[in-house]
Amino acid sequence: MEHKPPIAEIRNLHKSYRRGELIVPVLHDITFDIADGEFLALMGPSGSGKTTLLNLIAGIDKADSGVIRIGGTDITALSETELARWRADHVGFIFQFYNLIPVLKAIENVELPLYLSGLTAKERREHAAMALKLVNLAHRMDHYPRELSGGEQQRVAIARAIVTDPAILVADEPTGDLDRVSAEEILGMMERLNHELAKTIIMVTHDPRAAQRARTLRHLDKGYLNDGRS
Amino acid sequence: MVVLKILIRNAFRNKLRTTLTIFGVAIAILSFGLLRTVVSAWYAGVDASSATRLITRNAISIIFPLPLSYKDKIRQVEGVKTVSWGNWFGAYYIEEKNFFANFCVEPVSYLELYPEFVLRLDARRAFLNDRKGCIAGRKLAEKFKWKVGDNIPLKGTIYPGTWNFVLRGTYKGRDKTIDETQFFFHWDYLNETLKKTAPGRADQVGFYIIGVSRPDLAADVSTSVDRMFQNSYAETLTETEKAFNLGFVAMTEAILTVIQVVSLVIIIIIMAVVANTMAMTTRERIGDYAIMKTLGFGGREISILILGESLVITLTGCIIGILLTFPVARIFSQELAIIFPVFNISSETLYLDLSAAVVVAFAAALIPTRRAIRIRIAEGLRRVG
Ligand SMILES: Nc1ncnc2c1ncn2[C@@H]1O[C@H](COP(=O)(O)OP(=O)(O)O)[C@@H](O)[C@H]1O
Ligand SMILES: [Mg+2]
Repeated sequence: MEHKPPIAEIRNLHKSYRRGELIVPVLHDITFDIADGEFLALMGPSGSGKTTLLNLIAGIDKADSGVIRIGGTDITALSETELARWRADHVGFIFQFYNLIPVLKAIENVELPLYLSGLTAKERREHAAMALKLVNLAHRMDHYPRELSGGEQQRVAIARAIVTDPAILVADEPTGDLDRVSAEEILGMMERLNHELAKTIIMVTHDPRAAQRARTLRHLDKGYLNDGRS
Repeated sequence: MVVLKILIRNAFRNKLRTTLTIFGVAIAILSFGLLRTVVSAWYAGVDASSATRLITRNAISIIFPLPLSYKDKIRQVEGVKTVSWGNWFGAYYIEEKNFFANFCVEPVSYLELYPEFVLRLDARRAFLNDRKGCIAGRKLAEKFKWKVGDNIPLKGTIYPGTWNFVLRGTYKGRDKTIDETQFFFHWDYLNETLKKTAPGRADQVGFYIIGVSRPDLAADVSTSVDRMFQNSYAETLTETEKAFNLGFVAMTEAILTVIQVVSLVIIIIIMAVVANTMAMTTRERIGDYAIMKTLGFGGREISILILGESLVITLTGCIIGILLTFPVARIFSQELAIIFPVFNISSETLYLDLSAAVVVAFAAALIPTRRAIRIRIAEGLRRVG
């Protein structure tokens, strides 16, 4: 992957939030590239803007200014609807609190993104079952989220993230709510997705052990990007 | 569609809250339906009236009589086909609380004018042949367990004393809107008796019923009749039976208005209750909506989720309410048969029930839907955990 163009180019990104009358700057002039096939860990203290940056890259929030080009598409120029479509096609999401739909069984949760893909019911079921097998949860597919442990729920979430075969996975503190053993398991799984399926992974974490699994580290501090090792 | 699956399961996620809300909607729809039925029961008499029948009464008031001699003059008016007459009798059976509509009529013309009172041929013949005979509506006879051939003593109020009649038949309504609780007997029987006991009150008629040959003649006929008796000592007022009955109903118009307002208030209250439930549920599900939007679902799916959940709750309640309305209305119609001779749940009421439920569902879902669609994904996701 040495000379492939970067999958993501982030240029002069600015983002601030309004808090009543107050405008709170959160990201200052962020510029960096993410290589295709990268496993990037974004680190930094709480409140430094990691989630905000990740959301911008994943296309679920809008920057004030700057450009985010992903796979050649400037996603800051897309409309709400185009962006939704783009997310469904290109990004898989993993969150700290799993964010599964509680009234859907594991397999139904994994199937959910496929409803926007035009697959038949049978194909959806097959794809979802395959994704669950990949995270070693085939035997739990008819369980509801509340019947699963945290680690298992996060594996369902991973299956849901990869079922559409997106190029990029974003993970916001994916081990933040897990015990050590489950966390190790999740991280191992993400490593495998990066190695074997060549997914580009962008992971926000403040757990050094998690960060160690990544190939690249970047530090965010009070909204400024401090280059770590690259 | 998966959205359907989610919304139905969502609706029953919080069982207690959903059950209570559904119960509330059911009770509201039940009350709404009953109140609407009371209103239409009130108007039933009006709807049943024929457009080809006119009622002529004393212009001063219904309580003043008209001379019997008017009948021949009315017959001569162009467009008049049949003339019948009668008096309000106002008697009761054994006890004063057993009160019902009873009057004496000229029987041949009366039966001709009221084909909606369905009477068997032998009963009709028996009634016409017996001057002391009487006819009762089916429901009335059932209520007092009268059999054909029974002697029925009525206590007079307007015409004092005990009056004895022989039941010669019961009539059935041609359809459900016909009052089956009336009682009538021969006008001649009353008149002959009065000639002996109170000659001053004889040969007087409470009202004339005029059958016109075509509905469009009604206006002309009533004008001609009233003009004919202008400046005589008993001036008349002739109006269509419908107008006559409406005048009757108009006295109670104020009550009907109150009932209608109350039924609307019930709907508004239940709207607030369902809106509250929907506000609570959607607040809990903001994270779900955010994740669905993250995955690429749009405002349309989110709206369907919320509106659908609202519809599931209100329509379930509505159907239970409608199912309850029938047995409750039956009890009503049995207990209050005399006040509301016709107490049927109309299909219009059922449509109103359903429309009310749908309106409630939409109104309750409106604000939560707007909020759920507008909230930014990043914002919604932060609410989780
Ligand atoms: N919707 C919002 N409105 C106002 N301030 C916000 C909002 N979201 C985040 N912030 C603020 O932005 C800063 C960065 O937040 P975040 O990106 O979540 O940080 P991190 O993920 O690194 O903990 C924090 O100070 C946070 O309070
Ligand atoms: Mg964060």
